[in-house]
Amino acid sequence: MNSIPSRSLLSIEGMTKSDIEEILDLTDTFDEIGRRPIPKVPALRGRTVATVFFENSTRTRLSFETAARRLSADTMSFGAGSSSLSKGESIRDTVEVIEAYGADVLVVRHPAAGIAQRIDNWTDALVVNAGDGCHEHPTQALLDAYTLRKHKGSLNGLRIAIVGDIRHSRVARSDVLAFTMLGAEVVLVAPPTLLPPSLEGWPVTISYDLDEVLPTLDVCYLLRMQNERISEGLIPSVREYTADYGLNIKRAATLPKDALICHPGPTNRGIEIEAAVASDPRSVILDQVSNGVSIRMAVLFLLLGSGRNLGATSELEGGQ
Amino acid sequence: MSLVIRGGTIIDSEGEKKADVAIGDDGLITEVSSNLKGEEEIDASGCIVTSGFVDLHSHLREPGQEDAETIETGARGGALGGYTALIAMPNTTPAMDCLAVIEQVRALGEKSVCEIIPTGTMTVGRNGEQMSPMGELVDAGVGIFTDDGNGLQDPRLMRRIMEYSTGLTHRLGRPVVLAQHCEVEALSSGGYMHEGAWSSRLGIPGQPAEAEELMVSRDIALVRLTGAHMHFQHLSTAGSVEMVRLAKQEGLPITAEATTHHFSLTDESCASYDPVFKVHPPLRTDQDVIAVRKGLSDGTIDAIATDHAPHTDHSKEKSFDEAPPGMLGLETAFSVSLEDSGLDLPQILALLSWRPAAIAGVLDRHGNTVSIGAKANLCVIDPDITWTVSGNLMASRSSNTPYEGRRLRGRVRHTIQSGEAVVIDGEIQR
Amino acid sequence: MVEKERVQTPPKGGVFVAHARVLDAEDIKRAIQRMAHEIVERNHGLDNVVLIGLQTGGVMVAEMLTEALSKISGTSPPQGTLDVALHRDDIGMRPVIPEAVTDISVDLDGATIVIADDVLFTGRTIRAALDALCDFGRPKEIQLAVMVDRGHRELPIRPDYVGKNLPTRISEIVDVSPEGVDLGTVEK
Repeated sequence: MNSIPSRSLLSIEGMTKSDIEEILDLTDTFDEIGRRPIPKVPALRGRTVATVFFENSTRTRLSFETAARRLSADTMSFGAGSSSLSKGESIRDTVEVIEAYGADVLVVRHPAAGIAQRIDNWTDALVVNAGDGCHEHPTQALLDAYTLRKHKGSLNGLRIAIVGDIRHSRVARSDVLAFTMLGAEVVLVAPPTLLPPSLEGWPVTISYDLDEVLPTLDVCYLLRMQNERISEGLIPSVREYTADYGLNIKRAATLPKDALICHPGPTNRGIEIEAAVASDPRSVILDQVSNGVSIRMAVLFLLLGSGRNLGATSELEGGQ
Repeated sequence: MSLVIRGGTIIDSEGEKKADVAIGDDGLITEVSSNLKGEEEIDASGCIVTSGFVDLHSHLREPGQEDAETIETGARGGALGGYTALIAMPNTTPAMDCLAVIEQVRALGEKSVCEIIPTGTMTVGRNGEQMSPMGELVDAGVGIFTDDGNGLQDPRLMRRIMEYSTGLTHRLGRPVVLAQHCEVEALSSGGYMHEGAWSSRLGIPGQPAEAEELMVSRDIALVRLTGAHMHFQHLSTAGSVEMVRLAKQEGLPITAEATTHHFSLTDESCASYDPVFKVHPPLRTDQDVIAVRKGLSDGTIDAIATDHAPHTDHSKEKSFDEAPPGMLGLETAFSVSLEDSGLDLPQILALLSWRPAAIAGVLDRHGNTVSIGAKANLCVIDPDITWTVSGNLMASRSSNTPYEGRRLRGRVRHTIQSGEAVVIDGEIQR
Repeated sequence: MVEKERVQTPPKGGVFVAHARVLDAEDIKRAIQRMAHEIVERNHGLDNVVLIGLQTGGVMVAEMLTEALSKISGTSPPQGTLDVALHRDDIGMRPVIPEAVTDISVDLDGATIVIADDVLFTGRTIRAALDALCDFGRPKEIQLAVMVDRGHRELPIRPDYVGKNLPTRISEIVDVSPEGVDLGTVEK
């Protein structure tokens, strides 16, 4: 198929503000398609989107597959459990086989940083990074920005706290870049052991005190606390983390009335968020999920269907 | 049959002079003066003639990992890089912790184009638990012991090994050298690059400088306690260099090496996520590189070593986290040293040749002055030629060089091993 | 409804130069009036009639028709907008970006849809529109109203209501705005 090659979506780093805004603007169109009686357009008919998940994630994989199918693309899925993705096998060999199956886009998730970029170097197919280790999760940041924009009109001047295990969070890294690029002010809230070893060059402020920060926020973005962090000796116990950094009902009351509560999911009820707070009217967690499909449709369309480079200018012709 | 090296300028530990060199059948230098003639002549006009290099730190992978390198291919790479002796690291499979494997390595190296000098492990199987049969190995001529690939974690065992080694001096004829890969695993585990601004930005878990420095500090204290001779391998941090500087000022029997990658590359290289830049100890910051160069310049660091670590393409085509650490070094060491160390040529030659020869105890035949009666282990260097690094063109079975595509100035042109010209005009002869 | 301003995007490296004004603002008003009467006549009133304007040029035509129809019949037919970019047959061959969000909030089952567009040319845009509309439901009938029919059809598509039949050369460009219809070319 004749097409002008587009650039893979590997990270928010390297994108410009107008790249991001273009994707957000386009997402409105795909959002509308999801509300149609038949939520499908033939835009990517004949193209194949392969999800290549070296690290399992049913939710993200389904989100991408739904996005692909709504654009009438074919899907293929390779998961960590299947023998084709056995650990230790040369990733390059694996990817070349998947490409030989006819995949036009590889949506890749891997527990190690940088793999999406390496795969992009090895293959002619386009790559979407669905999460590489602790590095980035660009479509998550895009859907988060889209959700915030939908509720608040613009991110410019918003004060956003990201709370939790920043150190190991690819969502946090991508969000910090995207939110600050769109004009928001970001504060990271976590104990020192859960912050990255060096914040040199990060456009953020930090705080160890969630209670102090909450009343000043427009958005409280909670990260998932994983049990592995306790076994690694990074925090004394889940109980202490919840007591100091969990968004419980008492704390939720100190959050401004028009603030928003976000979470990339899945939530650990009773740890980073109290069950009752998850259904607080200020929570936009479910919106994030549904916006995820629309954002991913926009991304897949820009990569495969639009014939444009993400962010580059090119000749636009209206059909008549 | 005599071999004459014509038209070159000799630089050795005694100075510089323009002269031809004649070598006899017995592999010894017979004459050093002008206008010499011989049955076989090698052109060295415009070139530097010096003693061949000695690498204190090469992984030749044989026995056990021959898909990455063999003694024969490693030796070829060494000869092309100007080396006449390679000190082979013992983390082979099986490890070099007993006479049988040492003798196997010697036998494999007997006909190779570089002299192969095996080291022994500090502990059986490099398990960090039980001392190797150091006495038996010393009697077989092994003078350096290391668990390289790992540091020895248990301070109590390290002390015992140090004490025990001091009792073997009379059998070896010189002090036994213990060489340490300084890495405290409790701090380094799960860290694949240097922990700092770059690791935070790239999302690759890092290991702090302290993982190396704590062991350097510990071993300096233990040397003070036991009097053993400790050689610190691949120093990479400013803190390590400073500690060794102070320890030497105190007069402790300590030597140290640094690799070419630790004075020419930084952690920024990891931004490509290419595991060719993954190495232990990891590439560090600009400040550390400056400190290593300073250490080389003021004598704190005695030698430039390569830590030549071949890995197959297949094994490096993994994520940064999963790929094995290590990079090639033998064929690029001289050129990178010339371009990136900030040192002048005589200093570089000292660091590549006679100072490591002294540490390895092979000064009787390597790193000599270019003089009559000396063993002819020499290399001839063209300081002006430019060349482009290509991993695929190297003699190694592997191609994991971090300098791929880089244009370098200066290259080894000929190498003479025991009187035989094994490299002529950059081509290996056998 | 998120509506983007109608942006005149000149092809890269060139600019539209009008050579002739084919219809002026008054002509357009009269054409709209006539088409509106034709719509009412053909459909025996406005029961179940829905006007769908195609982004971006047809939206203006749909709005003008709706206004005219409400003056004639006293009732305003429901109106929606449709962006057909995602149904085009040349996706991936040239840069295609949806320009505005589709807004169809009325049930199209059993409706008589009147598609409104500014210029009918090859017919491919209308084919894409037919494709898209059928995903919204099963209309009783679909009719087509265009301000200008410039010929050169590549598919068997024909308009039901035409403002002006205008023979053109393929290299020419037809530009429709509330001020008038211009015929011109692209100059570098």
